[in-house]
Amino acid sequence: MTEQELTPMKPADLRASSASANLRKRQTTQKLSFGLLWLASLIVVLVLVVVVGYVFITGFKSLSWDFLTTAPKGGLSGEGGISTTIITTIYLVALILVIAAPLGIGAAIFMIEYQEQTKAGGKFVQALLQAANFGVETLAGIPSIIFGLFGYALFVSTLQFGFSLLSAALAGACLVLPTIIRTTQEALLTVPVSLREGSLALGATRWQTISKVVLPAAIPGIITGIILSVGRIISETAVFYVTLGGSYRLPNSLLSGGRTLSLHLFYLAMDTNAFEKAMGTGAVLIVSIIIINLVIDLISRKLSAGVRQQQ
Amino acid sequence: MNAIKLETNAYSLFYGKFRALEDISLKIPEKQVTAIIGPSGCGKSTFLRTFNRMNDLIPGVRTEGQALLDGEDIFSMDVVALRQRVGMVFQKPNPFPKSIFDNVAYGPRVNGIRDKKALDEIVETSLRGAALWNEVKDNLGKSGLALSGGQQQRLCIARALAVKPSVILMDEPAASLDPIATQRIEELIRQLVEEYTIVIVTHNMQQAGRVSDYTAFFFTDESRTGKLVEFNLTRKIFTNPQDKRTEDYITGRFG
Amino acid sequence: MQNKLQVDKAVRTVLLISASLSIVIVVSIFIFIFRSSLPAFKEFGVQGLLGELTWRPANGSFGILAMIVGSVMVTLMALVIGVPLAIATAIFLAEIAPRGVQAVVRPAVQLLAGIPSVVYGLFGMVVLVPLIRRIPVAGNSGYGLLSAAIVLAVMILPTITSISEDAIRAVPRAYTEASLALGATHLQTIFQVLLPAGKSGIVAALILGIGRALGETMAMIMVIGNSVILPAPLNDNPLTVFLSQARTLTGNIAVEINYASGLHASALFATGVVLFMLIMIVNVSAHAFLNRSNALAN
Repeated sequence: MTEQELTPMKPADLRASSASANLRKRQTTQKLSFGLLWLASLIVVLVLVVVVGYVFITGFKSLSWDFLTTAPKGGLSGEGGISTTIITTIYLVALILVIAAPLGIGAAIFMIEYQEQTKAGGKFVQALLQAANFGVETLAGIPSIIFGLFGYALFVSTLQFGFSLLSAALAGACLVLPTIIRTTQEALLTVPVSLREGSLALGATRWQTISKVVLPAAIPGIITGIILSVGRIISETAVFYVTLGGSYRLPNSLLSGGRTLSLHLFYLAMDTNAFEKAMGTGAVLIVSIIIINLVIDLISRKLSAGVRQQQ
Repeated sequence: MNAIKLETNAYSLFYGKFRALEDISLKIPEKQVTAIIGPSGCGKSTFLRTFNRMNDLIPGVRTEGQALLDGEDIFSMDVVALRQRVGMVFQKPNPFPKSIFDNVAYGPRVNGIRDKKALDEIVETSLRGAALWNEVKDNLGKSGLALSGGQQQRLCIARALAVKPSVILMDEPAASLDPIATQRIEELIRQLVEEYTIVIVTHNMQQAGRVSDYTAFFFTDESRTGKLVEFNLTRKIFTNPQDKRTEDYITGRFG
Repeated sequence: MQNKLQVDKAVRTVLLISASLSIVIVVSIFIFIFRSSLPAFKEFGVQGLLGELTWRPANGSFGILAMIVGSVMVTLMALVIGVPLAIATAIFLAEIAPRGVQAVVRPAVQLLAGIPSVVYGLFGMVVLVPLIRRIPVAGNSGYGLLSAAIVLAVMILPTITSISEDAIRAVPRAYTEASLALGATHLQTIFQVLLPAGKSGIVAALILGIGRALGETMAMIMVIGNSVILPAPLNDNPLTVFLSQARTLTGNIAVEINYASGLHASALFATGVVLFMLIMIVNVSAHAFLNRSNALAN
């Protein structure tokens, strides 16, 4: 038989009609189900649009330069702006990062970079590393009110820091520590092993390798983690509700209390009738979160572009 | 005399702007084993995946020309119906993380067969057809992933048979198997061709020589565009190639 | 040279101390909260705290059963509302959505996760509560389980969606190809291959969602009404139980801790202990499932 002898076959008989009915049924089911999945996602997007849109539209009336730069007057009327709460939020973010960033980054470095050394090292260090991993995992899952309760018991009461920036910052540092550790770990893991080997082979010590080679390469990822933490602190309310006191005045020392934007929103909503001001505060919060998300997006896009270039 | 089962006419395939296959016209006879050979990157697998439209899964793929199954245009067919008629066995055995029984019954079930007795029968016939029945008949509830690599691949063949296709596409089905498992797959292919049209992509020239009736030789140059160089009876391709490139490839002048 | 090595050693010690900090914090949290709860447990016993319905600090009654029921009920209701949407969105993002649509939906989910809980609470107070108040049932204030569950459903949705999406994406492509090549439709492939194969990850997502729901504080305080009562139907219709007010464990702590003292404060720490234990159980099971799903993906 050669190629020339081949002749086209007649179109094959279609399968039994029941089979094609079954196929039609399956495809109708698929169309309907996919329609439902589209609908579900549409609802999710709509929920976001409605929540954000509502907060913006109702909050817009109270949003003004004055609102941002005037201090709240306190009391039940909710008069005044939000200037002191913005500044308190910034204070708190800065304090928490000063405490948590070095510790978190340091912890992550140890947990990733000293892993092999640890395996070779003593039982104690090995157990400690395991415990540290367990600790990070657990901390990440603890609800914020528990951090608040802990901060209240330890910093506010036992150490007698009172309701203060310091108490709130220490409790807040515990809250964001796992975020910083995890993102730093991920950033370190993306640095190729060959870079480290190259440096070690040149006679650099481990720390020199880490500080001169590994960390610079991991910086964008670490910054992402820190910005994530900023978002977390800005949104957080429960921890500060039970550690920061809630005074609407500007704190004048580490040991004086205050209120963050989120906390201010909570007080306005619960204790006053100034819903429009609460919405205005909410709008400011949402805008900050959107900015933070955009920055993170930008960094990760740069990062993946960089990775593609390296390849 | 064998009718033509699969056919392409002036068939080209593009990934975006890149032309991966150019102007391929080929007639694949029914109930024969047709091997597609050629160097890596020449588009063999892409060509194979035309016949069950697996390339549809890749975004940005575009085709020109015709591809026919039993004289019908593959691209205007319903893709699900097409895949019931054209089964496929992949390079790496890919049983589902389900029991052996559920693996084989998967195709019939998605087709709407629920009757336990009917399923039992299909599973047994298919496993027998894939020469696996005797090894697994007492362990049908065992996970398909617990089998050896060669057994997994035969399970995947059984799974394809259970849908009762008329064509089976095989994309380097023995590439990840040891020589003994490979031999069993090759024997199985020779048995299956009694009932099925088989198209097999292979890297392994000896394998093509052992199992196939016809051979298509694909080739590519720096452009990375795959072209059909020669198609003929396997013994003619191997003993008397018409094209210099085929000869060079077969005698091992290309990797 | 000597100097260089000494620096190396010193740095290592400092880093080691930082690394041990996380476990030190976990242990301290555990110790502080348990120790502070001891007086209450000694005074009333486990039964007296966990088995009693009446919470009236002024009279020395510190039963937290109503809050346990409140937390569990609002969490279950939030799951009923949120999970179908969350999983559907995860499937949509992983399998169906065209790129352009993904580029809208995914950031939307991300932003939903980022919105502060007080903003959700505020929205609930201003929009949801008045809507639900319209349901004509005597005693319906709008504040209660239903409002809280809807708010909570939106808050846990992003967690469940993104982890489930990852779980679905982690299923090897070979399974999808095999299923399609056998003549299954895309929908059949999703439900009979992808979801079963990604099951562990999806279950983990659900459990983490439960953890988030149990832990949510401020938004719950703002919309659930905070009455310490066992949720019960408001009239003959059993469905009106969903309009009942309630208080969560988290809310109980937050609302009262700032002015509590003595046994009252201790009972609030006991509330924290119960919450802590619930969360630990939830997290440990989530991690067990996640590890299993990672093992499967490899």
